[in-house]
This record gives sequence, C-alpha cells and structure tokens, in this order.
Amino acid sequence: MTVPQIIFLATAAVTLIAALMVVTVPRLVHAGLWLILALGGIAVLFILLENGFLAVVQVAIYIDAIAILIIIAVMLTRAVMSDTDPQINRMWLASALASLIIMAGLLVIVSQAPDASRGPLVDAEVGLDALGRALVDVDGFILPFEVASVLLVAALVGSIMVAMTPTRGD
Amino acid sequence: MPTSAISFDSRMSDPFTTIDQFIKGLLIGLGLDAAVTDIVLNIVGAVVLGSVVGAVAILLIWAERKLLARIQDRIGPNRVGPYGLLQTVADALKLITKEVLIPKGADRYVFIMAPMVVVAGVIGLWAVMPLAPGLIGSDINVGLLYIIAIGAIGTLGIIMAGLSSNNKYALLGAFRTVAQMLSYTVPLILALLIPVMLAGSMGMSTIVEAQGSVWFIFLAPLAALIFFISSMAEVGRAPFDLTEAESEIVAGYHIEYSGMAFGMFFVGEFIHAYTISALFTVIFLGGWQGPGVESFPLIGFFYFILKTSVMYFVVIWVRGTFPRIRIDQMNAFNWKFITPLALVVFMVTAILDKLVIEAGFNRTAVHLAANALIVLGTFFLLRAHAASLRRRLEVTDRPQVQQPEAASD
Repeated sequence: MTVPQIIFLATAAVTLIAALMVVTVPRLVHAGLWLILALGGIAVLFILLENGFLAVVQVAIYIDAIAILIIIAVMLTRAVMSDTDPQINRMWLASALASLIIMAGLLVIVSQAPDASRGPLVDAEVGLDALGRALVDVDGFILPFEVASVLLVAALVGSIMVAMTPTRGD
Repeated sequence: MPTSAISFDSRMSDPFTTIDQFIKGLLIGLGLDAAVTDIVLNIVGAVVLGSVVGAVAILLIWAERKLLARIQDRIGPNRVGPYGLLQTVADALKLITKEVLIPKGADRYVFIMAPMVVVAGVIGLWAVMPLAPGLIGSDINVGLLYIIAIGAIGTLGIIMAGLSSNNKYALLGAFRTVAQMLSYTVPLILALLIPVMLAGSMGMSTIVEAQGSVWFIFLAPLAALIFFISSMAEVGRAPFDLTEAESEIVAGYHIEYSGMAFGMFFVGEFIHAYTISALFTVIFLGGWQGPGVESFPLIGFFYFILKTSVMYFVVIWVRGTFPRIRIDQMNAFNWKFITPLALVVFMVTAILDKLVIEAGFNRTAVHLAANALIVLGTFFLLRAHAASLRRRLEVTDRPQVQQPEAASD
C-alpha cells in the first residue's frame, strides 16, 4: 500500500465515522461539530486529488461559513446547551426517501466517472484559470452565475425584512 | 519579475535547501523509500515551523509587555533575567504547573479542544507565509484564500470555548467575538482582493515577487489601512477587545479556563497579532523584497522579520493608544464605514488598473491619485454627516433644556 492510499483510507474512515456521528449524537451542537469534522475530511480528499483550490474552497465555504452559521443558528434558537429533543420526528420517512434518491443519483454519477487511476483529474493551475474565465464568459456560465448572485441578494433583502423591527404601525 | 532572475546556484547557497537535501540524502541512505522520505520531510518541516512560531510567542509576550509599559510610562518586567527577558518563561512554567479546571456541567471534550483549535488555526497560517526567496512551507496558488479559510477556524475555536464552558459570560463573549469576526471578514476579504488584482495571483510568493519595483502599500494605501483595521478586529485586540472586556463580561469566552488551557488562548492571541503583522508585510510591504536579495536570498529573511517587527510595533502602539470601542460602535464602524469604503476602493482599483494597463500611464501615480481622491471624498461625506447630526441635535436639545423641573422630581 502506498502512502497516499493509507492517508486516503484513514481520511475516509474519519469522514464516514464523523458523518455517522452527525446523525446519531443527541445534541445539536455536537452534531454541528461532527459535521465540521466530516467536511474537513472531504477537504483532505480534495488535497489527495491534488486540487488545492477545491480543498481551500471546501474549508472556506463549508467549514467557515455554513458550519459556523449552523452552530450560531442553533445557539440563537434553542435552549442552548441541553437539547434532548427526540431525534426522529414524523418526517423521517420522507427524509429517508429523499436521501435514498440522492444516494442513487450519486452512485449513478460516480459509476459513470472516468477511470480515477489515471492520476489527478485536471491540472490545478489550468483548472482555476479556466474556472474564472468560464464564470464571466458569455458562452460559459455567466447566466447561472448572475442568477445565483440575484438569489443571494434576494436572501439578503429577505433576512433584512425579517430582522427589521416594524417602526410604524400604519 | 526580479526574483525569477535568481540563479539556481544562489538558491543552492540558501542553507535551508542544503539542510533539506542533507536530510533527504540521509533518509534515503538509511533505506527509506523516496515517497516516504518526502512525507517525513514535510512532517519535519511542519513541526519545525510550528514550533518556532510557537516559541517566538515567548519573545513576543515579553516585547509587548515591555513596550506597553513604556507607552504607559511604566518599566515593565525587569526582575527575571536580563531586562526581564525570562519573565514569560517563568509565567509559562507557572501556567503549566497549574491545574486545568473543568467546570461542572461543561462539555468536557469540546472544552479541552477549543484552545487547541484556536492555536492550530493561527499556526496553520504560517504554512503559506513566504519567509525568504524559495523558503515557503507550501507555495499553493490559492495562498490568500487559504489564509482566509484557515483564519476563520479560530472563530470556531472561540465558539467551542464559549459554548462548552457552561457560563453565561463565556457565551456572551463568544457571541460578541463571532459577530465581530464574521462582520470584519467582509472588509478584510474586499481589501485582500485589491493586492490579488494588482499581482494577478493569489499565490503568496507571486504577490511578493510582484512587489519587486513598487510595494503595494504605495499602490493601494487605503486597502492596506482597511486590511490593517479589519485584521486587528479579527485578532480581537484593543481597540477591538470588547470580546473580552473585563469591565463588562468579566473575561469573555475564556473565563472558565485555567492553567495552560488559558495560556493557549493567550499564546494564540499573541501569535495571531504577529501573524497579521507578517501578512501585512507580505501583502503590502513587499515581504522579503529589499536591496541585495537577488544575490543573497537569506537577507530576504531578515528583511521579512524586520518589516514584520515594525508592523508588530505599530499593532502594540495602537493597542496602547486607543480606548476600547462599544459593540454598537464596532458594528456601525464596520457596516456603515469600512465596508462601503472597501467596496468603493475595490471598484475604483479594478476599473483603473484595467484602464492604466491599456493606456500606459504610470501605474503608481494613477492609483495614488485615485486613493487620495477617495480619501478626500470620504472626508467631505463625513463632514456633511457630522453637520447634519449636529443640526438634528440642536433641534432635539431645546425641549429638553426647557424642562428642568420635570426632571428634578
């Protein structure tokens, strides 16, 4: 077994265990922390694929932004520390079904992926440059990119509307 | 670019490369696989870099206490060792011998992990710090993004500390810290985008190499100022130390920590302050650039340390000079002043840089003039705002002045 393989297996094991803990630990804050560990494991997997950019983005977006926001949301909405709600509510069947569908989709995509043994998928330097150009290229992804920013602005305005205290009653 | 002119021979005169080659030869001579040797060397490099940065904290704490004392007209530590140099060692030994108390009802593992996460998040930043020509932990092409990503892990450590302590002051301190760090990340990133545009890369080495002729502080003084202020807020030092305001919330997120667990937060803060000085040096002051670097790469290391120390002095100076701001002032200053200013500077720089390259003007002169214009505009806006505030105050003051009797009973 080569060294990268050992690192891959160890990382994969940690990621899977952390992911399992996310859905099994009773306290929401702990689940959030385990989620951060699982997402960090995925960042390490990106490094093993020799794509430093995706790894850093994974840390910046998922660990920094989303995971920290989840924890803050939990802190602000619950009776913080001692959350002992039942872990399963009446939506469990629907959510299990949704997860199964997502998993089936992932399996189909992964099975169609090109042979991974050919080494790193894209040269990181070229990939980053091409990504930047594709996002602002008219023939590329400029429309989805702009639509996503409109969506974010809408979310921003919406959150301001929610947070704003009504000043006048008329 | 001047540094690409460094010949291969002068790079070999760099002692770090020699040590690297020596250990590599030794390990391969012992019969280790070449791939394993690389990984061992990476681990050794990481451990050495991390330990040196950690050990420097001892010196930093001494320097800061001494300088703060001078600013406040005191002498500072002068009993242990020459000039009190060993005072920090004594303090560290005392902290290590003390028991780490875990309060009742605390979240045991999270509580113990929090200080480690904070320190690790800071030391991790040094992995992409270009210390000298060719001397960098990992020269990834997304260095600045890495800095932002890893830098926010410290926030996570502080949330963990505040949550797990089972103490309302700790929780309040953590809330304040998170609010402050999350909001000041916005101007921080906007200010960092400007050197990225000027250098055309996010790689730390490339950014330093692009400053061979002109340092970025001359091209983007406003961005440098915004970066400096918002990174001070990220560290949470005075004047942004309301996250651990003793007079309001006792000590903030580390109130329940004792012994070396508390010491770790302390060390983390000092290393973080030094790290932002180093980042400022790399991004705006040309890093290891200076006369003579091309023939002797090792001089670059001394330039880097020298500039970083000057910046660290400024950080301490600010800490010793400014009063602590309130939480509403902190938020207002960020969202109503720094963030809009950073947006304006960002857009002006982006447009001008494109035009300058096409028209062939002097890049430095154009950017300096644009920055001066923005400063002037900001002053006029502030004056107008202050005048309107004063007018409103004069209107609302009158009825209050006429009711002294109502107020007296």
